[in-house]
Amino acid sequence: MTRDQPPAGTAPPAPAPPIPAPLTTDDPMPATEYKVQLDVFEGPLDLLLYLIKKEEVDIYDIPIERITTQYVQYLDLMRMLDLNVAGEFIVMAATLMMLKSRLLLPPEERAEIEEEEEDPRWDLVRQLVEYKKFKDAAIFLETLEETRKGIFGREGEHVALEPQPDVALHDVSLFDLLTVFQEALRKIRQEDLKEIFAERFTVADKIEAIVTRLRTEECISFAGLFSHMASRHEIVCTFLAVLELIRLRQVQAIQAQVFGEIMLARVEAG
Amino acid sequence: MSDVEVLPELKHIIGALLFVAKQPLTLAAIRRCLQQVADKEGGAARDFARATEPDLAAALEELKVDLLTRKLGFHVAEVAHGFKLENDVNCGLWLRQLLEKGRDNRLTRPALETLAIIAYRQPCTRPEIEAVRGVAVDAIIHNLLELQLIRIAGRSPLPGKPWQYGTTQTFLEHFGLMSLDDLPGIEELRRMEEAQFQRRAQAAAITPAAAAEEGPGAPPAEADEELTEELAHAEAEEEDEEEEERRTSQRSRSCPTRTRAPSP
Repeated sequence: MTRDQPPAGTAPPAPAPPIPAPLTTDDPMPATEYKVQLDVFEGPLDLLLYLIKKEEVDIYDIPIERITTQYVQYLDLMRMLDLNVAGEFIVMAATLMMLKSRLLLPPEERAEIEEEEEDPRWDLVRQLVEYKKFKDAAIFLETLEETRKGIFGREGEHVALEPQPDVALHDVSLFDLLTVFQEALRKIRQEDLKEIFAERFTVADKIEAIVTRLRTEECISFAGLFSHMASRHEIVCTFLAVLELIRLRQVQAIQAQVFGEIMLARVEAG
Repeated sequence: MSDVEVLPELKHIIGALLFVAKQPLTLAAIRRCLQQVADKEGGAARDFARATEPDLAAALEELKVDLLTRKLGFHVAEVAHGFKLENDVNCGLWLRQLLEKGRDNRLTRPALETLAIIAYRQPCTRPEIEAVRGVAVDAIIHNLLELQLIRIAGRSPLPGKPWQYGTTQTFLEHFGLMSLDDLPGIEELRRMEEAQFQRRAQAAAITPAAAAEEGPGAPPAEADEELTEELAHAEAEEEDEEEEERRTSQRSRSCPTRTRAPSP
């Protein structure tokens, strides 16, 4: 589905309720769709560690084939969403493919190579284990930060952390969100496509819809957002709308337990 | 000619200094201040100049206990190698309102991870951080510099002389750490790294091709080893300096998380 331009002069059916400043619809270029520019600051190692945890596999004995398949799926999802994904993701995909092909060699032939070299996965495992330690250290820092968030220095000084450029995901990783997204897409594939009606969805509309819902509801289920959606395009727009709202700090994603349900809630305005 | 009419106790002076100071004060800084006043004013002020650091630590301890038992809404906290007054954490709600700070100011995970790597490995270069994270970190580094959580700590002797980054006093204050030694398992992490460097060096000796594959992200193993040695030396010196201070302050932490006051 391409980004068709709406017929000129088509006004939205109802006057838009006032929404936060960055989301205003009176764009200088009203005909173009709300363009979302999202940078991803997670790297390929983050994705691999996420998958290892999700699949509950041993980090020292990674089932390369299974993980590679999943890795490529998530990479495709991020590409579909047009996220600014680092080139390192592609490099890692190539590395995984190489490992996979090496492990596919019949054992007799592989033995020859392995006499000289160790397990081909070893380099990757070492890198993952090392990074995991720093991720744990980061969680420790996060806990400290959490306990100190009510402490202000003299003159109310506090480290001002406003200008953070990335999608401000704290408790939920991008990959957690992508898992829900993937699930939503999988469901429509089963029920077959109803895209013949070619309804037009925009990220801006979806942002508005979510903001409106959150005005009356305390929090809403992230997966529930997609429950009645039958078009791929609508799901993509909704997902991007959520990411954008998180980036703009209008909405926060909360996950009470690891791999638990993700809820969206309003960020209390200051 | 001193304007001191009723002579305060040492404890009072320290309390007043902490009240006014914008940054955490060390015992050494307090002592220096007392001596300077004694030199200038003479007279009764000279008594205070005789106070040793253990004396100051004792007075400070007394002040700390006073504030805690009276529940005044603030206490003496030990952060960033010094002491400062901090509000009690359970009053944060009202302060947030007063100061009109609505939002949490928490760092994002990628930022925290980058910061953790710098904190443990400092001084370290951007390629070193990227080798661990497996992804570019320039935007995050820029942001952390802006927030003054990290600083440029020098230049690496490696080719191209890349900048080296280290954490700042603000970093310690933000996370409520007394010193970098408060980070858990810093020795453990370092040991693990050293073992890895050795492995990598061995691997490089056996298969030079494998080392070349590591690309520009990973500096050559030898240089890395030199760097860690230097790092170890630098830290050993730092520890010696801190040792004395630490012994006197007895490490009695007054971290707000541990001294939780009963809720109203």
